[in-house]
Amino acid sequence: MRAWKTAVGIVLVGVMLFPVYWMVNVSLTKTSDMRADPPHWFPWDPTFEGYAAALGQQLPALATSLFIGLGTVALTLVVSLPAGFALARLRPRGARAIDFLLLVAQMIPAVVMAMGFYAIYIRLGLLNTVAGLIVADSTLAVPFAVLLFRAFMAGIPGEVMAAAQIDGASTWRTFRSIVLPLSRNSVITVSLFAFLWAWSDFIFASTLNRNSDVIPITLGIFRYIGNNTTQWNSIMATAVVASLPAAFLLVLAQRYIAAGVTAGAVKD
Amino acid sequence: MTSLRTETVAVRRETRPAAPRNRARRWTAVAFLAPLIVYLLVFYAYPLYRNIELSVHDYTPRAFVQGDPEFTGLENYRDILADGTFLRALRSTAVFTLASIAAQYAIGLALAVFFHRHFRLAATLRAMFLVPWLLPLIVSASTWSWMLNSENGIVNAALQAFGIGQINWLTSPDTSLLAVTIANVWLGVPFNLVILYAGLQNIPAELYEAAGLDGAGAWQRFRRITLPLLRPVSLITLLLGLIYTLKVVDIIWIMTRGGPADASTTLAIWSYREAFGTGQPDFSPAAAVGNLLILIAFVAGLAHVRLQRREEAG
Repeated sequence: MRAWKTAVGIVLVGVMLFPVYWMVNVSLTKTSDMRADPPHWFPWDPTFEGYAAALGQQLPALATSLFIGLGTVALTLVVSLPAGFALARLRPRGARAIDFLLLVAQMIPAVVMAMGFYAIYIRLGLLNTVAGLIVADSTLAVPFAVLLFRAFMAGIPGEVMAAAQIDGASTWRTFRSIVLPLSRNSVITVSLFAFLWAWSDFIFASTLNRNSDVIPITLGIFRYIGNNTTQWNSIMATAVVASLPAAFLLVLAQRYIAAGVTAGAVKD
Repeated sequence: MTSLRTETVAVRRETRPAAPRNRARRWTAVAFLAPLIVYLLVFYAYPLYRNIELSVHDYTPRAFVQGDPEFTGLENYRDILADGTFLRALRSTAVFTLASIAAQYAIGLALAVFFHRHFRLAATLRAMFLVPWLLPLIVSASTWSWMLNSENGIVNAALQAFGIGQINWLTSPDTSLLAVTIANVWLGVPFNLVILYAGLQNIPAELYEAAGLDGAGAWQRFRRITLPLLRPVSLITLLLGLIYTLKVVDIIWIMTRGGPADASTTLAIWSYREAFGTGQPDFSPAAAVGNLLILIAFVAGLAHVRLQRREEAG
């Protein structure tokens, strides 16, 4: 019926995703063809030397990023879940003040946080450590996570919790056995974002971890660009590999992502 | 809210003496909030405090380690405001931020309206627009760098087909700010699309039907229904975009490092470069620039909070 709209939509997506296509195309281009004029629009004669180089050199960095991502998710959840529950359900004093602080926290530029963390870490000997980076990365996700959990947990029917408390369950028990299982979807959304943000982080890695041997993949790519600007197929191959978590999540968890994007901004 | 009330009623009926019960609940709430409060104090308040402290001292790398910097009061701030870089960075920040959010919003809105009507594959295609937003910034930034490369970039190759000569996107002071703005717009469109699309979903379809019956054309419906009813969502989208764009570092630093000749140096880049970008870290002026940036973001943030309060009330 509206076939033309579908056609226009496909063209728009094509334009929008052209840089992604180009990244894949360059990653498969031979070094000798890299400076061809005009550039090759399609890798008719693909090479995998870029991927071999990427995996050969960047595998440790990928593992580091994975570990940092998972650590950030764990820390974010531990801090945010109980707080979201308290704000949604226990009506603590100063809830509005905490709301306000969380909003303000999201406005602080990462570069400012990085300087503050640097000044603290240099004394504590936490510079160039994975643990230090996990803590810094978690600041990207915690305010968002608390606000999302609070919104979600406020929507759980009160009867469910009242029933548990009449049965003599403690608040902790209610939280653990009733609220947490019911909050599964929001936990997934928060975990996805916390992981992606930590995985993608460049500012904290490039400031707090810049002299480390154990570096995340973002810093791996950045050093790559600095070192050998001729090997663009290897750089782009690394970029493709670094994008895989995002692609993976988009396919498997699309609805959780859309939920997360709108949660912060639009209220029903 | 109603569900909360029924719950407390049920609890009250169980236990007569309400006061101790209430106090117990207060303490439970505090216990659940404790991790967050400790977290905010240690990992937000303390770094921010350290940052202010940095900005009113003269921290050299040596003083950093030994912890004996000289107190200089507001001298760092005075130096910064007097620095020739300041006005240029302020201008670049304004151009980068305003051009980015205006273009992101316009494109995002156009796409949201386009995808609002159902057609085959609409949901799938809309989801694919999220890709730029989900990619690590280093990936997008390095891809754009290569696409905008003067000699071998695809953008110049395509422009050449139209008879446009080589543009030194990233290496000319005339175009580097434009180049990073283009890349940043590309990154921001998905966010705008998703939020504005969600906003469109909340506009009752009957309004459009009624307007259609009254003979309103597509453009009229857009101007008389979509735009006014989308206003609150639009304002929040633009403000969030403003707050977000003010602090952008990665994309510019990776593509141009603020250059050439400071042409793409925003306040955030200036701060980053002073502290971490050179071999000679200069934390005190960097912290002062960072605090100025917070101030600007804070004003925008207050506008955001007021706006949200008004929406909730109205």
